[in-house]
Amino acid sequence: MIMEGSRGASTQRPVLGTPGSSSATTMSLTKAEKTIILSMWGKISTQADAVGTQALERLFASYPQTKTYFPHFDLRPGSAHLRTHGAKVAAALGDAVKSIDNIAGALSKLSEMHAYVLRVDPVNFKLLSHCLLVTVASHFPADFTADAHTAWDKFLSIVSCVLTEKYR
Amino acid sequence: MDAGQVEKAQSLELLTGTDSLCPSVLFSPLRLLVVYPWTQRFFQSFGDLSSADAIMGNSKVKAHGKKVLNSFSDGLKNIDDLKGAFAKLSELHCDKLHVDPENFRLLGNVLVCVLAHHFGHEFNPQVQAAFQKVVAGVASALAHRYH
Repeated sequence: MIMEGSRGASTQRPVLGTPGSSSATTMSLTKAEKTIILSMWGKISTQADAVGTQALERLFASYPQTKTYFPHFDLRPGSAHLRTHGAKVAAALGDAVKSIDNIAGALSKLSEMHAYVLRVDPVNFKLLSHCLLVTVASHFPADFTADAHTAWDKFLSIVSCVLTEKYR
Repeated sequence: MDAGQVEKAQSLELLTGTDSLCPSVLFSPLRLLVVYPWTQRFFQSFGDLSSADAIMGNSKVKAHGKKVLNSFSDGLKNIDDLKGAFAKLSELHCDKLHVDPENFRLLGNVLVCVLAHHFGHEFNPQVQAAFQKVVAGVASALAHRYH
């Protein structure tokens, strides 16, 4: 399966991981990028639930087709469902950050759930990643430099790859 | 999804502020080259693009970025007929510049991120949604004449 990297990069080819590497993703984070992610997460984690929730609100507002995956939810802004689910999304990102050298390992169960149970079409990971990026940009303007933008975009595309790698 | 009058009003207001392009918006094409370095392939003759600082300080890149965004906001004045407004540019990008239309989508999303960065909480989900329609409309219009 051709791994989708960051949004739109459908022409990227997967780079096979070296033996012992955590995952065969198209891009890996540099040391500098990991440092950016870890230090920004320190700030983001104090508002993680709000960030996760707002990213979902942005997703459903900009891309209403994504609501089709949540027919059983009350998706109105401020709803308990949104807040609970936003917190779950944030927690998963936190897990990935804490195990930034082995994101595939940290998100293995979630990856299986997306592959066999949830089966969210892969295109939607790019949409949520974009909305997470927009949320972080609007909440942390001082930190969202061009390098931070790049680091987060890469990180989220790696997370997306991991979550879709068992699809077929 | 078509961008309508509400989206036009909101997006033009955000982009321009007064009558000229909001300065932070001018960063968008530069950011595109940093965040998605493969987009540099169209700018081999622009000199030093070797780092984020080099790109941000590159006068050719800045000049070109301004051109792109002026086109964008001119096009927005014809929001009811984006395909018509961007027809010539679409042909140019296909026939002469050979730009993959995916790049228009990437630039649109970078523009959204830059606006979120600049306007913070004011760039709320509803404003973002309006803007996403606009950038999608522009990207689609620029790809419309491809063959």
